[in-house]
Order: sequence, then structure tokens, then C-alpha cells
Amino acid sequence: MKDQRPDPDDLLEAVKGEAHRSKRGQLKIFFGACAGVGKTFAMLQAARQLQAEGVAVGIGIVETHGRKDTEELTAGLPELPRKAMSGNGRPTTEFDLDGALAAGYKLLVVDELAHTNVAGSRHAKRWQDVEELLDAGIDVYTALNVQHLDSLNDIIGGIIGIRVRETVPDRIFDAATDVVLVDLPPDDLLSRLNAGKVYLPVSIERARQNFFRRGNLIALRELALRRVADRVNSDVRTYRVSHAIKTVWPTQELLMVCVSADRSQERLVREGARLAQRLQVKWIVVHVDQPYHGDDQQARETLLSIALAAQGAGAEFANVPGQDVAETLLDFARKRNATKLIIGNPSGRRYMAFRPRLQERIARADPEIGLILLGVDGVRPLVKRKVAGERQNYAWSLAVATVACGLTTTVAAWLLRVFDLSNIVMLFLMTVVFVAIRLGRLAGAWAALFSVGCFNFFFVEPTLSFTVADTQYIFTFALMLAVALVIGQLAARLRSEARVARAGERRASALARIARELSSAIKLDQIVSVCQGAITPLFGAKVVLLVPDRKERLLPTQDDGLIDLSVAQWAFDHTQEAGAGTQTLNAAEALYLPLRASMATRGILAILPDGTALPNNPDDRRLLDACCSSVALALERIHFVEVAQDTLVRMEGEKLRNALLSAVSHDLKTPLTAIRGLAETLERSKDIPEEDRNDIARSIRVQADELKRLVSNLLDLARMQSEGVHLNKEWHSLSEIVGSALAQSTTLLRPRSIRTSLPADLPLVDVDAALIERVLINLFDNAAKYTPSTSTVAIRAAVSGDTMYMVVEDDGPGLPMADPDTLFEPFVRGKKESSIPGVGLGLALCRSIIAAHGGSIRAEARKPKGTAFEIRLPLGAPPEIESETVNEQAAHPDR
Amino acid sequence: MNKPRILIVEDEADIRRFVRMALEKEGMSVFETTTAEEARLNAGSRKPDLMIVDLGLPDGDGKALIREVRNWVSAPILVLSAREQETEKVEALDAGADDYLTKPFGVPELLARVRAQLRRSGTISNGSTTSPVVKFGQVAINLATHEVTRANEPVHLTPNEFRLLTALIRGHGKVLTHRQLLMDVWGPGYAERSHYIRIYMAQLRQKLEDDPSQPAHLITELQVGYRLSGLEIPEGNRTADP
Repeated sequence: MKDQRPDPDDLLEAVKGEAHRSKRGQLKIFFGACAGVGKTFAMLQAARQLQAEGVAVGIGIVETHGRKDTEELTAGLPELPRKAMSGNGRPTTEFDLDGALAAGYKLLVVDELAHTNVAGSRHAKRWQDVEELLDAGIDVYTALNVQHLDSLNDIIGGIIGIRVRETVPDRIFDAATDVVLVDLPPDDLLSRLNAGKVYLPVSIERARQNFFRRGNLIALRELALRRVADRVNSDVRTYRVSHAIKTVWPTQELLMVCVSADRSQERLVREGARLAQRLQVKWIVVHVDQPYHGDDQQARETLLSIALAAQGAGAEFANVPGQDVAETLLDFARKRNATKLIIGNPSGRRYMAFRPRLQERIARADPEIGLILLGVDGVRPLVKRKVAGERQNYAWSLAVATVACGLTTTVAAWLLRVFDLSNIVMLFLMTVVFVAIRLGRLAGAWAALFSVGCFNFFFVEPTLSFTVADTQYIFTFALMLAVALVIGQLAARLRSEARVARAGERRASALARIARELSSAIKLDQIVSVCQGAITPLFGAKVVLLVPDRKERLLPTQDDGLIDLSVAQWAFDHTQEAGAGTQTLNAAEALYLPLRASMATRGILAILPDGTALPNNPDDRRLLDACCSSVALALERIHFVEVAQDTLVRMEGEKLRNALLSAVSHDLKTPLTAIRGLAETLERSKDIPEEDRNDIARSIRVQADELKRLVSNLLDLARMQSEGVHLNKEWHSLSEIVGSALAQSTTLLRPRSIRTSLPADLPLVDVDAALIERVLINLFDNAAKYTPSTSTVAIRAAVSGDTMYMVVEDDGPGLPMADPDTLFEPFVRGKKESSIPGVGLGLALCRSIIAAHGGSIRAEARKPKGTAFEIRLPLGAPPEIESETVNEQAAHPDR
Repeated sequence: MNKPRILIVEDEADIRRFVRMALEKEGMSVFETTTAEEARLNAGSRKPDLMIVDLGLPDGDGKALIREVRNWVSAPILVLSAREQETEKVEALDAGADDYLTKPFGVPELLARVRAQLRRSGTISNGSTTSPVVKFGQVAINLATHEVTRANEPVHLTPNEFRLLTALIRGHGKVLTHRQLLMDVWGPGYAERSHYIRIYMAQLRQKLEDDPSQPAHLITELQVGYRLSGLEIPEGNRTADP
């Protein structure tokens, strides 16, 4: 933990780093209606102009497609080497992001923003590369066609009949510093095309005839112009907002896009993005999680991709659990104050014409809400909706339902001998209820039908035939079927609701538990163990926490060979998720999520799939995100606790240091002055009587001894402060330490009488002998300074329980202070302004030494007079000593 | 009788000077060297009776010098060290030094240590003892019969206590490190178990010292080792004092 304490210089470095990072590069997009309008040309011209002004301009990647005029423009600009890659087995070259980051250009030209990178590159898309360049503070010039804009993708696909797969999120376009429209009237473009001056990508080349119709070009041009106009409009608005202090804000409206888990719904998200951008409102994509859709893996994946698309386009995504779609949506809309709802209107055949459509129900329930209906073509995803396993599952449940009905028939046939036919009906109803509860709605409905059939066939006259003699049984059948269906539906709903509730409850309680455990964590180890203990079982994946050290390098908190530190570091540096299942470095085995807290990114949570897949349903992802924020908050909290403690310690240390300096400088100067003066006296005066000379020499020695004691104390204090308290503990005999201390203090204490009473059987104590000796010397020193020479100094020791008591006492004048404990504060002396030397450091040092040994020291006045210092030291378990095999003969051979 | 020859290895001029003045006043001849290199040469050519070596030398480590010189010089070596060099002191003693003085030290202390070392080396070089009985204070030990008496009363020692006492007697006047004593008395397997020696020293002091907490003969050198001081060897088996 200690290693993570930042020192001020490191902090300063980090702040500088942040400041540097915040200097984001500027993005200029050269925007055109379609290929051939001259974007690359305009872009290179602009770059050259900047180069002429002295800016370090480089070409990141530009495809000239062999056009002469363009090639001439690139001539003067240094071009970065491309990276050789193998895409789909074919060797190819790709934009080298790392090279570009390292090259040190102020501005880079990176053509074709919508390009999809060769598999194996760091990012899936070139616009992500550009983002990273911008983050690194490099300005970028790039080119983009209108059909590659995400939100316009559908419209343009509809107009020109070609759907482009390479799209760029609108937020990149909107966040660009500058957008330059490169415009060419359609007729000019057509003539350029006919002159062969336009290079076309393969996909469009095929559709050349269709694509370059005049009508298409006009439409594309209009879209491009309008999109740029929108941007200019929003620029103006931003300017107004930032320059007028009291602009009236429009009420915060919310646009809500309601989706189901179907590929076709991605269009809704794109439309939503466009509309939200137009209306300048926030927007949210909502999916109602109906309980009986819970197990469909395919749907879950689709939903996740919709959620990611929505978040990528700047929306919030919410997966709201609920039974009834209309009610749940309305509830949510009211709660979030959404005024406009976008709903897909499926164009396929309606299966249940009698039921009101979703939009009708919403409109009826709340006429205030604005509804926007968008036709979603019933294009089913290429993958079949139901996986084979699911189908088997249904077949199995239907089989079980059939068997159950068969069994009921057998039992009923036997019971019919005793009971009436009406009871048999009840028996069948019960079977339907059980089947519905256990196996779901479809099996329930099947059981209802089958039961009616069985009842008719086996029990109604004429038996073993579906014909019915008594017409009133027709009524019985109808009632029985209706009741069975209703009960079955209710039972199935009950079951699924219980399941939803259980799942929700599981998530909520898991999150609550994690939050609770994290809130009590005050050490990194505790957070690590929460991650292991609580988060790991939640997702069935291994979770490893990585935290940065002082130099912002990530270190895993536990060793695991599967962690790819370079990916983790990237995710940390860019505060973006990376690894498996993301758009960045997705060849990695694990998923790396940044732990964002309010002040900084505090680390990375690595999720290692443990045999199973990574958490991929939106609920799990949200739960995971919630876990990440909790962990990030906990990490941030311990960080600040450390900073606070550190500051406190530093302040205390500062105070102490200042007091020490002033006291020490005084106490060092006094003996030094005396020594110097006395030595100079010896030096200068020729004829000093022998006796005086001896006196002077003795004084010098006494002063030097005083200096020696002071220096010893300072050295011990410094050692304890700098090394923390590092004790060189060994099992020592107390009498040896006392003896050694007394031997050093006898000259000082003389002529006071010294009494020791140390029992012969005192156990060994585990102490740092040099420091305990220092304590005793300081106490003797104290006694020598503050007691008259006639007094007695006594040292006693005794053991009581698991404590060793040691007392150093004298019969001097006693303590001058009311509160003896203040004696142990640094620089406190019993008598102020006395001539007795010393900085009041001795007792303070004693206290720190004894405290470091886990003991205590206190002073008390003796009756009738004198002072006693009592030291308590904890007794450990002394090491074993092999008992000596007593061989009397060896010692006393004569006995 | 020749003057005892003392070799001082110390880089601080003032310390060298007062040590030389004190020793010359005692009638010894003193050679000064300031570096380990010079000391090596002088230790061979001057044939000193005693070397005083500072542990912190400008051109090398005092311990290394001691270890090297110990191979061919039998004269006692007295080490000078600063207070915080506790482990260095132990290492120097283990390397072959005989005693140490902690800076700052006084002249009387220095002279006492020098005299003790010279006396001791004289005894050893003089060869065998005529009488097996040695004494310190009121304690008499018969090394042949293993009899120990204190104020003429027999004292019972366990075999290990006796072995420890004889080890101290053999190295009397010298500082014996915990390690050296443990190896000597208990064997190599016990070299790190210094608590053994503390227990047995306490027992010896109880049995042999007048005031065990302020011992006069079985002296503790805290965190370094022990020394036996004040050992009297009967007339006839020691050289005359210089």
C-alpha cells in the first residue's frame, strides 16, 4: 500500500500529464456527397499550405489511386511507412497507428475515415485510430462521404440501393473541430466521371450505372449540404450558449426509442440518433424485457449489439423488465419525462388482428405522448430465430405434456368406476395447470387441447370415437378448453413473473452485497477479495483487478498468466474498454474495463472467461458496469484516505521537524561555543597554571560528552523516523541490557548510589537491545540531571502475567508537572529556561521506542518524594532451549 | 625489553595524532598509516605488536584488511568504529579482530584496551602454563580438574557452563562474538541461536559474579558478544608488562 503513496513531485508530473493529455488534437473533416468530388485533393492542398507555414505535416495514409494531380500534391509531404499485415491470408498494408503516434508530426493526413481496418489491427475501424491520434494531441485531416454517416445510412441505402457497411458514428462528425464541404455540381461530377478521372471502390463500380444517375447525385448532394447546414446551425447555437450567460434553456425533452430484440430494429436506433440530433434532445433506447424471452441466446446477442450501437451513437440504453410492453413503456416514459416515442411498425402480416397494436394502446393510454411510427421491414435476420436446441426443448415439453395427459386418461379410466364424469373434467384441468406451471404457456395450451380430445374420445358417449351423442357435451368441451387455456396462461405468467423477479432480485441483492462489502473496505487487499469473492461468482468468470503504481503503470493484484498487461494499459490510458468483445484489441482473451471514478481512472477490471462466454446480455453488462463503478469508487476512496493520512503525517512531521531544528540548533551551539572558547583559551594564553589548564581540559571533555549524548539520541530518532520503526529484535536478557546501560552511565550517575534488583529467573524478552539500552541511558541521564548527588537510583524488574515491568526510580525532588504524561512530548522539559542541557528529546525518544515494542512507559511521583518511570513490555513466548543432559562427571570429575 | 610497536590505520589526522601522542607517552613506538594499502605494506615490514584499525578507510573496507592481514599477522588487532556500525563490528571481530572501541572514545579507555591486548598476546606467545589454575576476582578455576571455587567455596557448573567459561578464559581480554562462542561451545548447528548464550551467561553470572546485574568480569558487549576481563594468570606463565 505504501508504494502507492504519491509524493508531491510525482503528483505534479501526473497533473502535467493530464494537462498534456487534455490538449486534444483538432479534427478537420473534408466532407463530400460522393466519391470523385475532390476531397483528397482539397485535403492535401490544405495540408501543403500548412506545411508552407512551417507546421510539421505528415501523410498517415492516402490512396492516390494513380491520379496524377493528387500524386503531385503528395510529393512534398513526408509519408509514414505502412504496416504490413496479412488480411484474410493475403499480404496487405495498413495504416500504422503506433508509427504515427511515435512519428511526432503536428498534423497527419489520414484519408477515408470510414475505412474498416484489416483484422488484427488494434482497432476495428479507422475512425478509432483517428480518435487515438487526437487523444495524443495530433491534429488530423480526413475525408468522408455522406453515405458513410451512420444516421444517414438507411436513407441513402434506400435512395441508391446500395447499403454501405463502413459507417462512422455521427458523434465523430459532430465533435470534429471543422467540417469542410467539398462540393461539386452533379453535372461537373458526371463529366469528370466520364473523363475517367474518378476512382470508384469495387462495390460501387459494379453499380456504377445505377449509382451515378443524376437523380442520385442530386439527392446525395442535398443530404450532404443539409447535414453540414445542421452542423453549422448547431455551431451557432453552441456559440450563443457559451457567449450569452442567460440563455433560456428549453425544457429537457427526452426522445425514447422503443426496440425489440430484432436486427431490423437497428434502423430505429439510427433514426433516433438522427432525430435526436435534429431536435437537440437527449435520447434513450428502451427494450422491454419480457420474461418469456429470457432464454433466447440469439435475441440476447442481438439486443447487446443494439445496445452497443445505441451507446455508440450517444444514447442511453435501458433494459426494463415488464410483463406488458405498452404499460412498461408508458411507465418508463412518465418516469423519465419522455415526450416522444419512436416505435417500429412491423410491416409483416398480423397474427392477432383482434388485439390492438402497441402504438394504438399507447396512444389510447396517454394521448399526450408524441408517437413516431417507423416502418421496419420484416426482414428477418439471416440466422434463424430459434436455435435447434430451443426447438428440441419445445418438442420435449410438448412430449411431456402429451404423456401427462395420457397418464391422466389412464388414471381417469380407473377412477371412473368410482367417480362421476364431472370429477374427471376437474382431473384434466388440474393436469393442464401443472403442465402450464412446469413447462410454460405453449405446453399448457397443447395440454388443454389434448385433454379435451382425450376426454371426448375416451369418456364421452359414444366412447372411443370423437362423435358426440349428447349435444350438451359440446358446451362442456368449450368451457373446459376455455378454462384450461385461461388457467394455463395465468399459471405460465405466474411462473415467468416469478422468474423475472428472481433474476432481478439476484442482481439487486448481488449489487447491494458488493456495494456493502466495498463500502467497508479500507485497504486494497479488501477490495481485491471483494472482487474475487462477490463479483467472480456473479458472472461465472474470473475477475482480476489491476491498479496503477506511481508511474501509472498497471500491476495485477494477483498473478495470472492470462492477463495481457499491454491491452490493460491501453484501456487504462485511454479510459476505454478493450479486449474480447469490444472494438479495440479484441484478439485478447479477456475483457478489460476501465474503473472510472470522478477524479481519475483508478484501475482496470479484467474479466477472464472461465470456460463460459463473457457476460453478454445487457442486464449482465449493466450489472458489470455497476460493479465497476462501485469498485472504482472504493479505490478512489482509499486513494483519498491515503492522501489525507499522508498529508496529516507530513504536517505533523513538519511541525516536529521545525521544533526539533530550533531546539537542536540551540543545544548544539551551547556546548560548541563552550568547547571553542575553552580551546582558544588554551591556545592563546601562554602561562596558565597547571591546575587551571586541567580544569579547562575537563570542561571541554564534559561538553564533548554532552554533545555525544545529544548526537546519539538524534541518530536513534532519525533512524526510527527514516526506517519507519525497524526493530532489530532478538531474545535478550534484561539484566545484560541493564548492565550495559549502567556501565555507560556510571560516570554520569556518580556519586549517586545505584541499586538493582533483577530476579535471577527473569525470562528473556524479544527486544531491540540497542534501543532499550538507549531508553535506560536516557532515564539514567534524566536522573543524573534532575536529582541531587546524594540520591539513590534504583532499577527493578518483575514479571506479572504476560507483561514485563521495569521501573527506574529515584528519590529526588519529584516531578515538576501536574500531568506527567506531557513529559514524553518532544521538546518538553520539566523546568523551562534551566541551565541543564538537553532538548527534551530523551523521554520522547523513550516513548517512541517502547511504543514500537508494543509496550508503554509512564512517569509517576513517588511518595514521599522522587520519581518512578515504569516501562511495560509484552512478554512473548521465548524460544525453546534444549535441556542439558547433566553430566556431573564432566564438571566435577572428582565427585 | 623492546618498545612495543603499534601500527595505526586511520585516515583522520587528529584522531591519529592524539592516539599517537597518548601511546608514545606510554613508551610505545607508533607508526601511522592512512590507507589500507599502506597498512598492508607496513604490517609486513614493521612487524607491529598491535594494530589499531579504523573500519571506514578511504581506499577500502577495514574488515577486508583485517581478514587479509589475519592470515600472516598474529599481533592483536583493535578496531575503531562509529556507533551505528554494530553489525560491522561483529563482522570485524569474526574476521579476526580482537577488540573494538566505539568512537568517540577516551584516552584512558584506549590505553587500557591496548595494554590488555599486549599483555594477552605476551601470555599466548610465551607458550604453556605451568599451573592449570586461573583466577578472576574471587573465582578460581582449575582447568585440569574442572574445579571451580568462589571465595574458596566450590561452585557447581553444568558441562555447558564450564565449556562456556573455558572458552571465555581461552579468549580472555578479547571480545568474543556470540557466533564464536556458540560455535565453540555448542557447535556449528547453533551459530545463530544467540539466546542460548544469553541464558548460560546469565547463569554463569549468577554463580560467579558478586552483583550479576553490574558484572565486573563477565562483561556484556551489547549486540556484539562478551569479554572476560580481569583474568589473573599465576606468576611464571606470563611475560612481564612492558
